[in-house]
Amino acid sequence: MLVLVCGPHAQGTPPTSPLTMITRDGRRPVASIMLNGQEYIGLDDLAALLMLAVREDALAGGVTVTYKGRTIVASPDQPMASVNGRVVTLSAPIARAGRRLLVPLDFIPRAIAPIYDSPIELRRASRLLIVGNVRVPRATIRLEAAGPPTRLTVDVVPPLAVSTAFDAGRVLVRVDADALDIATTPAGAGLIDQIRAGDQTTTIAIALNARAGMPRISTVTTNESTRVLVEVPIAAQQETAAPPPAPPPTPPAPAPASPEVSPPLLATRAATLQTMVVDAGHGGEDTGVRGPKGTLEKQVTLDAARRLKRLVESRLGVRVVMTRDDDRAVSLDERDAIANNSKADLFLSLHANSSPSASVRGTEVYFLRLDRAGEEARRNAAATELILPVVGGVTRPIDIIPWDLAQASHVDASSRFASMLEEEFEKRVPAGPRPLQQAPMRVLSGANMPAALVEMVYLTNGEQEQRVKSDEFQGAVVEAMYGAVVRFKAYLETPPAP
Amino acid sequence: MTRTRWLQVGGIVLVFAVAVWIASNVLERVVAPAPAPSATPTPAPPTASVPHIIATLYYGTPDGQALAAVKREVPLGEGPREQGRQILQSELEDAPAPYLSLIPKGTTLRAFYITDRGDAFVDLSAEASTQHPGGSTHELLTVYAIVNAVTANLTSVERVQILIDGKQADTLAGHVDLRRPFERDTVLVRETKATE
Repeated sequence: MLVLVCGPHAQGTPPTSPLTMITRDGRRPVASIMLNGQEYIGLDDLAALLMLAVREDALAGGVTVTYKGRTIVASPDQPMASVNGRVVTLSAPIARAGRRLLVPLDFIPRAIAPIYDSPIELRRASRLLIVGNVRVPRATIRLEAAGPPTRLTVDVVPPLAVSTAFDAGRVLVRVDADALDIATTPAGAGLIDQIRAGDQTTTIAIALNARAGMPRISTVTTNESTRVLVEVPIAAQQETAAPPPAPPPTPPAPAPASPEVSPPLLATRAATLQTMVVDAGHGGEDTGVRGPKGTLEKQVTLDAARRLKRLVESRLGVRVVMTRDDDRAVSLDERDAIANNSKADLFLSLHANSSPSASVRGTEVYFLRLDRAGEEARRNAAATELILPVVGGVTRPIDIIPWDLAQASHVDASSRFASMLEEEFEKRVPAGPRPLQQAPMRVLSGANMPAALVEMVYLTNGEQEQRVKSDEFQGAVVEAMYGAVVRFKAYLETPPAP
Repeated sequence: MTRTRWLQVGGIVLVFAVAVWIASNVLERVVAPAPAPSATPTPAPPTASVPHIIATLYYGTPDGQALAAVKREVPLGEGPREQGRQILQSELEDAPAPYLSLIPKGTTLRAFYITDRGDAFVDLSAEASTQHPGGSTHELLTVYAIVNAVTANLTSVERVQILIDGKQADTLAGHVDLRRPFERDTVLVRETKATE
């Protein structure tokens, strides 16, 4: 570390964070000093680092800096310098500290860089001085804690080769560069505990927390940047546990034996699957998507809903409530109300999809993505539980949650059900471009139970429109949904891991 | 000065004059056919005399599976609100080839305003809903084309709420919840080459 000694001419303080010089040989700190709000660096230090020759002109009070026959002339009187005959302005004149000369920081890019034979770049924001042909890409890290999944993106500019690895609860992102310029590393949130620059200067280490499952990592490179997307889902075994901890511990579920307290209205997990709501999308004047040959989504969804109801009731003995069993309009709120009033344990909304391109085909499954308000509702659900007196002198705990965000406390179970649907579809019918998605779906947000939405086919695809009418295809789609319901029932009935 | 010396000077002047002529005429002709300084953005309607900015607009990718971020010229607006209006007007126009339009034809921008908290309100005419072909995928692409066009270009905007005919709407076509504002989301955006 170089140390500046300030003489009587100038007293200064060190800057809040040190400057780091990066060259082919590695990184090294460079001492600088703050004087009158201006950052200075010792000219002798710069001369040693960059092989410059410095000569003071005692008579004129100026200084001449020479590098390979090219010169800079500067004086302590003027905030400017002559660089190979051209005058450049500086933020401040050169200063003197005892016997040493100090130059303002912008002396480096404005005066030295033009006469130097290697590129010199000063990145003030990240406190980096990059000398030579060194690859120091900027890495911008963003964390989106809403979820699960927790999403983290790393944008590397300019684009460079990036390798990723997952090991021992840590995702390592390694960039093929000489060093990384990381502006800020966000604090851990969601299923990510910590993000930091790795032990090596070209890696970013992302530590996942104990509830995290296997992360999905993808890398996309364009002309402008390389983007790494890390999606961290919740671990499979964690789904059987209680929802993420709220600030105060969740009160224990009331014991059934207690005569004083009846079961909560909003159970986080039903003990079994007794009632299921099947929602045939659209209806009445709302025809939904119209296929090129005139097939209407409202009819496709009703046909599938009826078949699914028959199958689930006959084979599984589960009561199925339909939100509509004929061609009529049912509002989205009404569909949720039917599900909530039926005290259903599962909600499945059936739809047929549309794309601006006729070539898109396949099945896609959605579960609810919470926005900021939804996430807050989810976290606060347990915290805002009230114990209210009810008829008969007993009390009943009630979770206070905006009714249109009722889904908030079921998102984890919904993601489990949606994954099962996707897996069952994959076995039987073609998958769409995004087979499993999380999105702000209106009909799911008010359902006070695990819920998912299925887009069975793309009706805008001529071939799929034709196939959806066939008994074979309808059977495969309905069997897939039935298979997921069977698996979800088993999941509900499996006691949570201790 | 000798006669030879005069001839040398004359020769140099002649060569210089020819060089200037080449630079001003021949090069001009070579350069002229190229579109304005930046060749990458697709020029939108504004004429050359109207000042413009290069904005990122969002359309369907040619395969209809994702959003494409496309740089286009948009008339310069005075302040974020007016600039937002200009961006949305351009977003509502037909997509440049080979991209796909995601907002129903005939949809117009009724109003655009930004609150002090950085919430923007995009008020669209009823066609955005009544003429929408439906489907979760199509609806998500439409919503995020609008949300991303505003948030990607106006740094003062954090969230965007879509209104239909001046009122809060449930959905465009029965799927995506429009009751609350959206933040920028690039999950549906597929990176395209900068030259597009």
